[in-house]
Amino acid sequence: MTALVPLLVTLPLLGAAIALIAGRHRRFQVGVSVVTLVLTLVIATVLLIAVDASNLPFAVSVGGWPVPFGIVLYVDRLAALLVMVSSVVLLAVLLFSIGQGAADGDDDTPVSIFHPSYLILAAGIFVAFTAGDLFNLYVGFEILLVASYVLITLGNSEQRIRAGITYIVVSLVSSILFLSAIAMIYGATGTVNMVQLADRIAQLPQETQYVLHVMLLLAFAIKAAIFPVSFWLPDSYPTAPAPVTAVFAGLLTKVGVYAIIRTETQIFLENDLNTILLIAALATMVIGILGAVAQAELKRILSFTLVSHVGYMVFGIAIATPASIGATIYYMVHHIVVQTTLFLSVGLVERRAGSTSILKVKGLMRAAPVIALLYFIPAVNLGGLPPFSGFIGKYALFDAAAAVGTPLMMTLIVAGIATSLLTLYALMRAWNLSFWREEDDSAETEQRTAYLQSAPAATTTTERRAIPRIMTSATAGMVAVSVALTVFAGPLYEVCARVGGALLEPITVVQLDESVDLSGEVEQ
Amino acid sequence: MNVSLVLIIIMAVLFAAGVYAMLERSLTRVLIGFLLLGNAANLLLLIVMGRPGLAPFYGDGEPAAMSDPLPQALMLTAIVITFAISAFLLALIYRSWQLGQADTFDEDEVDLAIRERGMRTDEEMDQEIELEDDDATSDFVASDAEDDRTGSS
Repeated sequence: MTALVPLLVTLPLLGAAIALIAGRHRRFQVGVSVVTLVLTLVIATVLLIAVDASNLPFAVSVGGWPVPFGIVLYVDRLAALLVMVSSVVLLAVLLFSIGQGAADGDDDTPVSIFHPSYLILAAGIFVAFTAGDLFNLYVGFEILLVASYVLITLGNSEQRIRAGITYIVVSLVSSILFLSAIAMIYGATGTVNMVQLADRIAQLPQETQYVLHVMLLLAFAIKAAIFPVSFWLPDSYPTAPAPVTAVFAGLLTKVGVYAIIRTETQIFLENDLNTILLIAALATMVIGILGAVAQAELKRILSFTLVSHVGYMVFGIAIATPASIGATIYYMVHHIVVQTTLFLSVGLVERRAGSTSILKVKGLMRAAPVIALLYFIPAVNLGGLPPFSGFIGKYALFDAAAAVGTPLMMTLIVAGIATSLLTLYALMRAWNLSFWREEDDSAETEQRTAYLQSAPAATTTTERRAIPRIMTSATAGMVAVSVALTVFAGPLYEVCARVGGALLEPITVVQLDESVDLSGEVEQ
Repeated sequence: MNVSLVLIIIMAVLFAAGVYAMLERSLTRVLIGFLLLGNAANLLLLIVMGRPGLAPFYGDGEPAAMSDPLPQALMLTAIVITFAISAFLLALIYRSWQLGQADTFDEDEVDLAIRERGMRTDEEMDQEIELEDDDATSDFVASDAEDDRTGSS
């Protein structure tokens, strides 16, 4: 079984290489990407089932180096679950982009570059999720970031270059910070292996622990877009092509959140900055959603809700009980799926109506009922209306917080509910204006939305184009997955709860050694 | 752990200079700043390696006399990553130059729009306040604001 773990990384990289060589042959290239992602999805599913059944995580020491020295790929329940969910999302978005590319031809975007970069992005995400040591996590981050730099500036238009530069410079700063933090941690402990770090960090003086902890958290907070370092996200995401924005929104910030979970539950379990994290979560939720309310452009509204909902995950991590970690992981899974779905359906709106400004787009309910449905379900889900998974995730989070019951927790619960309602308000206003407004009734709504008239990006339009069926199907598939998260909430939540329980009782080096040794026997 | 003070000073200077250069608007300077920061981080890795010793080859001497090989491996990886990213940044700067005939980073139009909107609402609010209390100075402010609005519309 452990032989499958390295395949998660090598398959997408190999696929990327083949896709790059086969740049001239579109169909072959598309085939390679689809096959690669289907295979990783299968592997991830098998790994998740296997790792959930056995109690020890799978660990593979790459190149046969003994544990603390070599690179360890480490798959526990959390890693396996996230790898599986991200393969689903990556595959759906790939299909969506194939539909878009097939309809547009090669003129708009250099598609020959898109597929290799996309697969490298996938490899980077998988490396980050399966990394057993901090430095490998850094390498994973860099792989996915470099691929994302290419994807966000795809097409080389002036607007994208401008937005890309913000994104790239901010990411560079966070990477340097992360690398420096790794160097300091190595200087203090003599290891970068996460399991070993847990032991050795606890033996350091408290002050040193705080310095290292804050440096790591700051680097990850920039990646996860937590207020005050979230400013770059709404600025850079909306200008990228729709599928790229969708996959970034779903996965890239979550890699940051994943790193924070590892930091808090594994490396710095004893050293707690939870109060600061709680306040950051509060600010992220409230300020993010207030930004969304002020916007008049769907992609920007969604980018701001993305920032705001990262706050919920940070909230869950900072409560730091097994129940809250389980709830956070369920919420992460829900949010990866739903946020990607919403961005995909906005991509459909953009093609159908030629704009994503809620002031310009109107009458979609009559013109495109399918798109309306594909927007409505995830929007209500993200807003947290029962019975959808957004409600379940938020309820579980608030329940875990109420169990702790300090005044700060209660404040956060109130802020969380307010954020949820404001999310609903922002998304439903877009729903009312873009879908239910008739083509001709403009005077009345114009007066009501006067304060949004000068809102940013209300003027951008793109050409209206026909929507290939594969784009609608990919979006519909994602909506189905998001509904499945609700239908199968019971079993999924149990897995998440087991993840939460296991994370707060970290395994020891001896156990890690054992699981690696076991893998050696299996391979022989 | 013995470390060289000179290395630490060089590292600090590189970090400071890198941050300073990255704060510039010109993209070329941002690139230079990034390169300085990258090298500073590499130096930091070199410093945490501790006392330099023999080359760490197996069977070449006592392990205690050798230098720690792991930070060197980390540094090499970091150098390669920095190299790749600087190549990408150079391409990006070139493209930005082609598009705008300048390598500076412009303000975001959207940010400007929001700022403008904020100023306009402030003025309107001022105007309303002034209208409410019949102060002698209100005429001056109100007409001023009105001019602005007619100018902008």
